[in-house]
Amino acid sequence: MSDAIATRPLGADVGRLDGPRKVTGAAIYAYEHPLTDPAYVFPLLSTAARGRVVGIDAAEAQRLPGVLAVLTHEPAPKLADTSNPELAVLQSPAIHFRGQIVGAVVAESLEIGAHAAALVCIEEQASEHDVVLRVDHPDVFKPDDDETDTAHGDAEAGLCPAATVDATYTTPHQHQGAMEPHTSVALWSDDTLRLYESTQSVHGVRETIAEVFGLRAEQVEVTAPFVGGGFGSKGEVHANTVLAVMAARAVPGRPVKLALTRRQVFTLGSHRTPTIQRVRLGADASGGLLAITHDVWAHTSRVQVYIDQIAAATRMMYAAPSIATTHRLAPLDVPFPSWMRAPSEAPGMYALECAIDELAVALRIDAIELRIHNDPPADPVSGKPWSSRNLVACLRQGAERFGWAGRDPAPRRRRDGRWLAGTGVAGSTYPVFHTPGSQARVEFRADGRYEVSIGAMDVGTGTWTSLAQVAAEALGVPLERVALQIGDTALPYSHVPGGSAGITSWGATLFGAARAFRDRHGDDPAPGDAVTAGAPDNPAEDAYAMHAFGAHFAEVRVDADTGEVRVPRMLGVFAIGRVVNPRTARSQLIGGMTFGLSMALHEEVVMDAALGAIVTTDLAGYHIAANADVGDIDAAWIDEIDPHVNAMGTKGIGELGIVGSAAAIANAVFHATGIRVRDLPITPDKLLRARVELSARA
Amino acid sequence: MKPFEYERAADTGGAVAALAGRRGAAYLAGGTNLVDHMKLGIASPELLVDVSRALDARIEELPGGGLRIGAGVRNADLAADMRVRKRYPALARALLSGASGQLRNLATTGGNLLQRTRCPYFQDPTTPCNKREPGSGCSALDGHTRQHAILGASQHCVATHPSDMAVAMLAFDAVVRVRGAGGLREIAIADLHRLPGDVPQRDTTLEHGELITDVDLPSLEIAARSTYRKVRDRASYAFALVSVAAAVELASDDTFADVRIAFGGLAHKPWRATLAEDELRGRPATEAAFRAAAHAELAAAQPLRDNAFKIAMASNALVATLRELTMPRAAR
Repeated sequence: MSDAIATRPLGADVGRLDGPRKVTGAAIYAYEHPLTDPAYVFPLLSTAARGRVVGIDAAEAQRLPGVLAVLTHEPAPKLADTSNPELAVLQSPAIHFRGQIVGAVVAESLEIGAHAAALVCIEEQASEHDVVLRVDHPDVFKPDDDETDTAHGDAEAGLCPAATVDATYTTPHQHQGAMEPHTSVALWSDDTLRLYESTQSVHGVRETIAEVFGLRAEQVEVTAPFVGGGFGSKGEVHANTVLAVMAARAVPGRPVKLALTRRQVFTLGSHRTPTIQRVRLGADASGGLLAITHDVWAHTSRVQVYIDQIAAATRMMYAAPSIATTHRLAPLDVPFPSWMRAPSEAPGMYALECAIDELAVALRIDAIELRIHNDPPADPVSGKPWSSRNLVACLRQGAERFGWAGRDPAPRRRRDGRWLAGTGVAGSTYPVFHTPGSQARVEFRADGRYEVSIGAMDVGTGTWTSLAQVAAEALGVPLERVALQIGDTALPYSHVPGGSAGITSWGATLFGAARAFRDRHGDDPAPGDAVTAGAPDNPAEDAYAMHAFGAHFAEVRVDADTGEVRVPRMLGVFAIGRVVNPRTARSQLIGGMTFGLSMALHEEVVMDAALGAIVTTDLAGYHIAANADVGDIDAAWIDEIDPHVNAMGTKGIGELGIVGSAAAIANAVFHATGIRVRDLPITPDKLLRARVELSARA
Repeated sequence: MKPFEYERAADTGGAVAALAGRRGAAYLAGGTNLVDHMKLGIASPELLVDVSRALDARIEELPGGGLRIGAGVRNADLAADMRVRKRYPALARALLSGASGQLRNLATTGGNLLQRTRCPYFQDPTTPCNKREPGSGCSALDGHTRQHAILGASQHCVATHPSDMAVAMLAFDAVVRVRGAGGLREIAIADLHRLPGDVPQRDTTLEHGELITDVDLPSLEIAARSTYRKVRDRASYAFALVSVAAAVELASDDTFADVRIAFGGLAHKPWRATLAEDELRGRPATEAAFRAAAHAELAAAQPLRDNAFKIAMASNALVATLRELTMPRAAR
C-alpha cells in the first residue's frame, strides 16, 4: 500500500472522534437529555403467561401524592393502528406472555412511580400456557415466507446410501443484553411529539410511532446521537416506546422518561428465539459433499409470526449437488422475538460448521482441507458468480497465523496439568446487504468545512468516526474538513442499519451525495452551496452473489476435573473488502468474536415451564462473557478488492465476527475432550455429565 | 420502592438501640445486597440504620496469634491484607473469587456473611417463595434448580448460600461477635447460618436487631496451607456452582495430621465437610483417600432435577484441591 493511499481518509487508523466526549460523560444518552420538570413512567407487568386481566384496582395508587396518572386498558389509550400486537399496548385485557405491559404509573419521580406500581392490584385470569419449544409441538407450522423451504437438487438421494453426518444441535433462547436499557423520553407539545430514544434507527421510530398514533411523519421528531448498544434489540420499536408516548400524552407539555429496568428489558426488549437444528451431510470418501439438509425449528409469539432465516447460509456456504433447508415455527406464550446479533447466521452457522467438523472427524480429513475441497466456484443455489469469495484465503492465512499445521486431529490427546487442550476451526459468512433509499445532504460552510448530514446512527460501533472518514474520502478533503451530523430525524432520511449494512448503505449514499455536490458546485464551492442526494442503484447487485467471509480459530482448555472451559486464544481472519477504519473495524470484529465465545459458553435465557417465566432476569443470572473470559483475541483481514459491492468496496462487518465463532469453540472443545456438546451453551455440567457417562460405559 | 426513613448510627451501641423494638428496621452497611432487594421489592424496610461508619473497619492481631476483623472491613481490603494472605490464603482467594472489583470495594465483612440467596425465585416477588413469603410454596422445587442445594435442603426451601468468604471462614472455625440489646455474644460460624427446615425465612440464628461487630479468626497453623477452589460458569463474576475451601497438615509419613474442608454452593449454608475430614485424618494422602472422603460427605446428597452434576463436580473439586495441597512442594 503506497503512502499516498495510506494517508487518505478511507482506511486511515483514526481514533474515535467522540471518544473524549464519551469518557468524560459529555456524550448525552437518551435518558440524560436535560429537560425541565420531567415525569416518570413505571410499567406494570403481567404475571400470567397467558390469559386476561379481569380487574384493576388503582384507587390507592391514584391517591398517592405525586402520582399523575395510572394507565390501563380501561379505558384503552387511543391508537390509530393496532395491527401489530406487540405495539397494541393496553388495547385489550388479553395477556400473551409473562411480563407484558398491563398498565403504567406516571409519577413525579421514579421512586413514587415504583411505590405506586406496587399498590395497584391487578387481577388476572390465567389460561394454560406453553413456553417450551419442541419439534413435535402440535401447533408447529410452516411460516408463510418465500424462503421457508428451499430444495436444490435431490437432497434425499444425495444422503443415500450413507449420510455421513446426521446431528441435531440446539441453541437456547438468548438476549441481546445491551448495556443501555431501552429508554424513551417523550414530550408532546402542540401537535408535535419529540422523542429522545435509545434506538438503532431514528427514522424507523418516526415511521412506526407515526403509524401507531396516526400522526404525520413530520409530527414525530426523534433524536439519538449516542446509543449504548442495541445488537438488534433496538432495531424495531417495542412496546416500551409506545407506552412512553401514551404517558406523555397523558401529561401534555411535560416530558416523560421511561427506562426499562434490567428485568423488564428481558421480556419487553425482545430476544433471539431458541432453535433446534438437524443437519445432515452426505459426502463421498474424499470429502466431496453430495447433499446438505438443514431443518430448523424455532419459536414465535402465539399472536405474531417472526422468523429468522436460520439456514440461509447453508444455501451458499459449500458446494453440493443438492441442498435443502426447512424452517418451522412453534407458536408459544413467550415474549416477542426479534433481531439479535446476526439473527439468522449466528445460530445457523453454529450448527452447519459443527456438522462440517463432525464430517471431517468421521472422514479423517483435515477440517480446513475439507472446507477448501467444498468451496463453491459460484453460488451453489442461484448459480450467480461471487462478487468476491475468499473463504479459502481466510482459512489458509488463518491456519498459518494460528499455527494449525501439524495438528493431530485425534481428540483428548493433549494434557497440560489439569487442563485438556484442543483447537478448532470454523468458517464464517455474512451477506453484503444494502438498504436503498437513504439520502444525505452536503453543505459547504463559511468556515471552510463541509457539513454532511444523514439520519445514520452510532450504536457504539464508531459511526461518528468511520462515516466522517467516508464523507472526507467522497468529497476528496481531509477528515478535519468534514462536520458530520447523524442521529436525528431532522437530518435526511436513512434506513435502519440492520444486517451490518450501516456503513455500506450510508457510505454509498454519501458517495452519491458528494458526487452530486461536486457536479453542481464543483471543487471550489461558495459558502451555503448545498445538495441533498442519494446513491444511484448498483447494477451489480442482481448480477452477483455478495457475501463477506471469514475463518475462526480457537484454542480451548477444559478442566479435567470440573469441566470448566477457558479460551486462551481466538483468531479470526476475514475477507471484508475495503476496511474504512482498521481500529474500529478490529474493535467490531473482536467484539463479535467475544459474543461468539459468549454464545458458545455462557448465554442462555432460562424459562420456567410451569410459571412461563424467565428466571435469568439479570446479568448475574444471564451470563455474558466478561473480561476474564477473553484471552488473546485477534482479528485480521486479507487484502480483498471487490469492485462490485459498492463505490467504496466495503462489506459489512458488524455481524461477521460472531458467525461461526461459537462453532470454532465447540469444535475445539471436542478436540480437547472427545465430547461433542451439541446443545449450547457448553457449560461445565454438560461436559461433566458426558464424562461421567463416558467413564460409566468404559 | 416504599418510602423509608434513614438514620446514620455513630456507634454500634446507637445502632442497636435504633433497631431495638422496630421490626421494620434494618441495618445498612455496603448496601450491595439490601439496596438491590429494596429495588426488586423483596425487602421494604421502614427504617434503614446506616452502620457503615459505626462499624470497625480495622483488622487487628489477637493475643495468641489470631486476627480480629471488624465487620466494617471491606471485602477488597480484607483480601489484600498481607496477614490474611499469608496466614489464611484460602480466605483471601475466596474473597477475590467473589463478585466484582466494584462490589468488593463496597461490600463489608458483616454484610457478606448475611447476604441472601440468589435463588431466582426468591429474587422475583411475583413468584411463590417460602423464604420471601412463608407458606406461599417453593417455586424452585419444580423449577430451574441448576444452582440449588443437594445437601441439607427441605421441602420448603432448596436455596443455596452465595458467600465465598463464609466458606473459607467456616473451614477456619471463625467466631462471629454480635452485639444485641442484651449485650455482646459470640457465635461459632458453624452455628451462624442454618438449614432451612420448616423456617426457611431465617437464614441465620441472629435475632432481630443483633449486629455483627467483628469476626475472629483463631490462630491456626494449618490455615497457612489452604486454598479455595471455585467452580463456576464464567471465569469471573459468577456465583459458585460448587466451591471448596480446604487446609491440610501432613505428618512426616504423609498421612493427614489434620484437615479442614468446607463446601460452598451445596446447601442453605456454607457446608463444613466433617465426614470427609474424619475420613481423612490419619489416612495417607492418596487419590483413593480423597475420593473416599468426598464419597463420605456426598453420599447423603439429594439432587434435584437440574443439579445432579454437583455431586461429581463437588467430588472432583475436592479431590483436585486436596491433590494440589498435598503435592510435594517441589512438584507444585
